[in-house]
Amino acid sequence: MENTSTLERTLRLIALTLVVVFFMFPIFWIFLMSFQTNETILAIPPSIVFTPTLSNYAALITGKLTTAAGSLDIAFMRNLGNSIFLSVTSVALALVLGVPAAYAFARHKFKGSEDIAFTLLSFRFAPPLLVLLPLTQYFQWLGLSDTYFGLIWVYQLICLPLILWIVRGYFEDISADVEYAYRIAGHTWFATFRKIALPLAGPGIAAAGLLAFIFAWNNFVFALVLASADKQPVTVGALAFVTSSGIQYGQIASAIVLSVAPTLALALYAQRYLVEGLSLGAVKG
Amino acid sequence: MSETALLIKGVDKFYGPIDHGVHAVKSLNMDIRKGEIIALLGSSGCGKTSTLRMIAGFEPVSRGTISLKGREVQTFAPVKRNVAMAFEGYSLYPPLTVRENIAFALKASKLSQSVVDQKVSDIAKLLEIEDIMGRYPSSISGGQQQRASLGRALIRDADLHLLDEPMGQLEPQLRAVLRGRIKHFIKERGLTAILVTHDQTEANALADRIAVMEGGVLQQFDTPQMIKERPANLFTGTFVGEPPMNVFSAGVSGADDTVSFGLNEGVKLDYKASDFSQAVRAELMKRSKVVIGIRPYAVRRGEGGVGARVAVNQWLGDQTHIATDFAGGTMVLVEHDRTNLAIGENVAIRLDPSSLHVFDGDSGKAISHGQELA
Repeated sequence: MENTSTLERTLRLIALTLVVVFFMFPIFWIFLMSFQTNETILAIPPSIVFTPTLSNYAALITGKLTTAAGSLDIAFMRNLGNSIFLSVTSVALALVLGVPAAYAFARHKFKGSEDIAFTLLSFRFAPPLLVLLPLTQYFQWLGLSDTYFGLIWVYQLICLPLILWIVRGYFEDISADVEYAYRIAGHTWFATFRKIALPLAGPGIAAAGLLAFIFAWNNFVFALVLASADKQPVTVGALAFVTSSGIQYGQIASAIVLSVAPTLALALYAQRYLVEGLSLGAVKG
Repeated sequence: MSETALLIKGVDKFYGPIDHGVHAVKSLNMDIRKGEIIALLGSSGCGKTSTLRMIAGFEPVSRGTISLKGREVQTFAPVKRNVAMAFEGYSLYPPLTVRENIAFALKASKLSQSVVDQKVSDIAKLLEIEDIMGRYPSSISGGQQQRASLGRALIRDADLHLLDEPMGQLEPQLRAVLRGRIKHFIKERGLTAILVTHDQTEANALADRIAVMEGGVLQQFDTPQMIKERPANLFTGTFVGEPPMNVFSAGVSGADDTVSFGLNEGVKLDYKASDFSQAVRAELMKRSKVVIGIRPYAVRRGEGGVGARVAVNQWLGDQTHIATDFAGGTMVLVEHDRTNLAIGENVAIRLDPSSLHVFDGDSGKAISHGQELA
């Protein structure tokens, strides 16, 4: 009995370690790479013993990339700023539009409500490239191509359906009677929405917002086609490291570390709300 | 007569399109006076909760009017109706403690803090929840949540209190105690309350008048005593009362000085014509088919009765329930003493004409109760 359980524990530990190593190793390796020069990265066999250098980060932050073929300007910090600006405003807009809509879909069954909700979801079915071509044309006519406004608008295709459908589920989980109880105690439906529905669905809204943020942050193709260099986010900006004189692995690695950092920080911060969201089940009934 | 607190006139409720959807409440008319406690009694899906929700303003009224204190409110938002409600699912606010939940109901009333505290502690005492006032809804039992929810409704000074199955989750002993206290509380303050319940004991104990509903139709709206003694139709007769009324289909025949009911299996009940009033006899003779009913505690045994065979004999500690095979059906008797009747034993049953209820064989409408017309 005791033996098998020790064996079991050992096996479980090994399995867990394998899983963690499998998923964490690339990130760990990238992290190491970001402190190496191209020469040490490309050395065979690779070694984890090296003299760390901050030159990659320095190049990214100063925007000057010196290669064998000469010096190159890169706009990485601007890209990072764009990423933050685009993702934050897109998610904020999607929350402002999506949360009330989700509430409406959850609480009021009106004619065609399911169809409208499904249409919004269907934006996520089509491959982005399918919508991009016509969108490019429209944006040129409307003068929206290469504007933040246009990009944020297109990002709603990513964020809005996500927020709408996740938050809707959270609203549906709240007993309608809790809201009725508040309304009958002398409050308007809007006060009820703000004071009861929003706080109770809060963790769900946070989770949906975080997810939408990650999707927006990782978007590549919309920005690639619809924006020029000065409005592009990091996902597109990282292409600049593929230069005529070779691929700048060191800079790519440090760029990845820098661009992962905000999402990671946000996820860690939001984690407690997400956990709270999972324990919200106790609210029902 | 005191003023009308609530007037429901010709109210219909359809779920789905009007006239085509599910017809949950059918042309309902009710008049409730200030200070009355009304019980809406019926089985699941009879329309009682729909009625309550229409009064509260959570369900739109498909047709008809609802007036509170003389003003028509059927189009008003709940906030404008000044109605308090205790929900069947409790519906406490999860982030607030029991105390905050109850006090919260007074927030809109702008009372001073000391008055609120006093009221909250009075309610807590009334409902025996003083020990859980600091707890959160998720950490207390269903019965405790229900009492908190009831407290949240009762503490308000509303024109009308709606209580949806307010005591369903309580243990029987506590329920009996609270029934008395809550009734006293409501009466003392002159509140008007509508209670939705499927528990007739609760309805009988609390209500001044009971509205029996079935299939969306108000069957009878009267005092508990009248509902028991003079049920308006077969449904009310058999629905209210425990154990239920014994009912048997019968043919009617009569001569100048007799009235006879012919039951199944050739069982015949003969009465003197003078056992029924002239008007009742006239009504009975118009019909070939009726249903006769008698309450179990009104059935007697003894000389000159009709034969029946004992099928069940149960002593419940304070009364005996005897079920007998009678006229192809079951006749239940309730007696207050223990009897040693054996299963299969023959007994003679007497159905006293003064305890007899006669209903129309087709419509189920009551024709007579005892000697008098319904």
